[in-house]
Amino acid sequence: MSAEAAAAPAAAKTGGWEPKIVAFCCNWCSYGGADSAGMGRFQQPASTRIIRVMCSGRIDPLHVFNAFLEGADAVLVTGCHIGDCHYVNGNDKTKIKYKYLENVARELGIEKERLQLNWISASEGEKFANFIRDVTAQIKKLGPSPLKPEGVA
Amino acid sequence: MSDIKGTENKGAVAKDNEEKRVGVFVCECGVNIGGVVNTKAVADYIGTLPGVKVTSVNKFTCSDSGQADIQQKIKEHNLNRVVVAACSPKTHEPTFRACIEQMGLNQYFLEFVNIRDHCSWIHMWEKEKATEKAKDLIRMGVERSKLLEPLQASEVPVTDKALVIGAGVAGMQSALDLADMGFQVYLVEKEPSIGGRMARFDKVFPTNDCSICILGPKMVEVARNKNIKIMSYSEVKAVEGYVGNFNVKVEHKPRYLDVAKCTGCAKCSEVCPVEVPYDFNEGFGTRKAIYVPFPQAVPLRAVLDKENCISCKACAKACQSGAINYDMQTSYTDINVGVIVGAVGFKTYDPEPRHDFGYGLYDNVITAMEFERLLNAAGPTGGHVVRPSDCKEPIRVGFVNCVGSRDKATNIYCSGVCCMVTIKNAQLLKEKRPETDHTIMYIDIRTPFRGYEESYNRSRALGVKFLRGRPVEVKEDPVTKNIKVRVEDTLANEIRNLEFDLIVLATGIVPHEGINQIQQLLKLSKAADGLLMEAHPKLKPVDTTIDGVFLAGVASGPKDIPYAVSQGSACAGRATILLKNKKAITEGITAVVNPEVCVGCQVCIPMCPFQAIKMDETPYLNTGIKKANVVKALCKGCGTCVTACPTGALEQSHFKNNQLLAQIKNVFKFQEVAA
Repeated sequence: MSAEAAAAPAAAKTGGWEPKIVAFCCNWCSYGGADSAGMGRFQQPASTRIIRVMCSGRIDPLHVFNAFLEGADAVLVTGCHIGDCHYVNGNDKTKIKYKYLENVARELGIEKERLQLNWISASEGEKFANFIRDVTAQIKKLGPSPLKPEGVA
Repeated sequence: MSDIKGTENKGAVAKDNEEKRVGVFVCECGVNIGGVVNTKAVADYIGTLPGVKVTSVNKFTCSDSGQADIQQKIKEHNLNRVVVAACSPKTHEPTFRACIEQMGLNQYFLEFVNIRDHCSWIHMWEKEKATEKAKDLIRMGVERSKLLEPLQASEVPVTDKALVIGAGVAGMQSALDLADMGFQVYLVEKEPSIGGRMARFDKVFPTNDCSICILGPKMVEVARNKNIKIMSYSEVKAVEGYVGNFNVKVEHKPRYLDVAKCTGCAKCSEVCPVEVPYDFNEGFGTRKAIYVPFPQAVPLRAVLDKENCISCKACAKACQSGAINYDMQTSYTDINVGVIVGAVGFKTYDPEPRHDFGYGLYDNVITAMEFERLLNAAGPTGGHVVRPSDCKEPIRVGFVNCVGSRDKATNIYCSGVCCMVTIKNAQLLKEKRPETDHTIMYIDIRTPFRGYEESYNRSRALGVKFLRGRPVEVKEDPVTKNIKVRVEDTLANEIRNLEFDLIVLATGIVPHEGINQIQQLLKLSKAADGLLMEAHPKLKPVDTTIDGVFLAGVASGPKDIPYAVSQGSACAGRATILLKNKKAITEGITAVVNPEVCVGCQVCIPMCPFQAIKMDETPYLNTGIKKANVVKALCKGCGTCVTACPTGALEQSHFKNNQLLAQIKNVFKFQEVAA
């Protein structure tokens, strides 16, 4: 058992505010990475809700900002490593789009920790789990998103 | 496209305005989910959501009884949407799609929610939070399911020809099996001869039979088979198309001689004045600039290594059949195949850059592959194992296992075969020269398959010593060139200082340089070990996530010969399903253009890597504007074009904006979504 898995029961006792994170995952790589995290029993905070798309190239600013407007404390855009895209180069286009997304997010006063891009392969379960753990810790420090509507936890 | 047709319309198409009647089936997966998530509480909560007519908790929803429960409830409650909350759609979606289709529902009316891999397994000690998360995930699924639309999978014709990339033992087996079933096979091999790694082994474990003696006849069988076209010294350069219809460009490197005229007599080699290290013998000994790869090569033809050729033209004079052609150019062949088997092989770990255990610093530290060539009667020393420093036959031989395997500094995985390779090598030398003394330094000895443990026992009986521990210090004696090793014997709990005449490193299996190219050409995934990834580690070990592409041999993880051969046959079997049926079913998920909204700006066209979006040739109705059109057979359904469309005319079926937004809204709490 890994050290973090052993530490999990202790972490479970510490309550407090849990951020809600929306992660967009591509079917072939990062969704598979999340599956691999499960298969490897890499424990993670229960902060994240995954939305599956076929390719990260499908992730639209519409989806990202809607997630923020609904109350997401962070939004994760994930896909295959560059060069490994199941659809040749959908993730290259994600990368380009993400730059614009980031700029708009800054304009709106969304801290950089709240919108993150990561490439995770289907075999990188541990990387997926570490990513979720890291982002959750960062957001816990920052507190709830400034865009969160009233009455949403 | 005229050759594409929709499958028989099995699922009744629900009308848009029909009331959505959702059934939710929560799986406990034994204790995998049920042990963490309070499934009853989840089902009770989900039952309160509007549109949910029934919820059901099953021990194993995928079992016969679980599926029967779904089918019965569809009937009882007249359900038109089904949500299954269980494991991963990547493994189980097809099962439940088939299940609901049997009941007359369109298969795309299934929504699959992952509450095992993404919930119970990763929140094992946070039962309450896991239960709350499961509620959220299922609520998201329920709301999405109400917006799902019926789709039809397409049928594509399958060309009854196969391409096998790599002619090692796995690829050859695949080619032979496919050819024997009557299909035309193109067997592409980058080396001048087929045979792969196995052709270089001296003897193979656990039976210690001569490797080339069992492989040679198989190579000849491949060459003789009328249905197999060997393309040696060739590489796949481009792959386009999809299952059933791959267009492949194969590059033929110039051999600088006419293979139709060459007889393989090797007269050219005899007169060639250039000598270079012989790669087939792992760099031991030399070969000429023009050479026959090895005596059993198939095709038995010479090849001219232009890089080292000095253009003296001695070979052209010596060649009686006039085969030599110095002006030969690279040529290409375009082939069309229905299926592809990737058997692209591996290389052994190179200890040189890190100087593992003194390799590259001291002459008398060699790799197991080098040892293998020294043992071989056709090798550089005629089968006499000598040490490189003084060409004397060693007496004390030390073997180090797990070099480049099971090591955080190099590769963490076990290469699987090296224990047996070392055991075999020690045995062979001991049998040849009983006066030799062998010590195998290991971490664990792994001998899992038939005859392996027996072989291990035979080594012990022969007097081969096994020492559990890794050398911590390896030094060369500057005078004798002997290798002095400091090693902790972890069983005796003592440090030992040993002296050897020769050290042999059991180097592990690593991906070769060409693997990235093949991965990108075939659009495959790579695993953490750098080798290619199968569709499912247990249930689809030779399939890939790309329909019509299969993997055999070490390309998808370390394997021994019988395992690689089985996979070769397995690929042939899996491929035959497509080749024999002459058709493949492709996903119904594609991009769709709404011509009413499209303004013909063409932004989407360069977005598509498959050239699936074409502009209509004539203007749409009376608008005077030519609209974009998605060619369904070419569209892979990634949805990248959809995001680029500035007017919202493009949508991706099954991942439409309203469907994704329904999920997003319901991450937080129940929110009615306007369809």
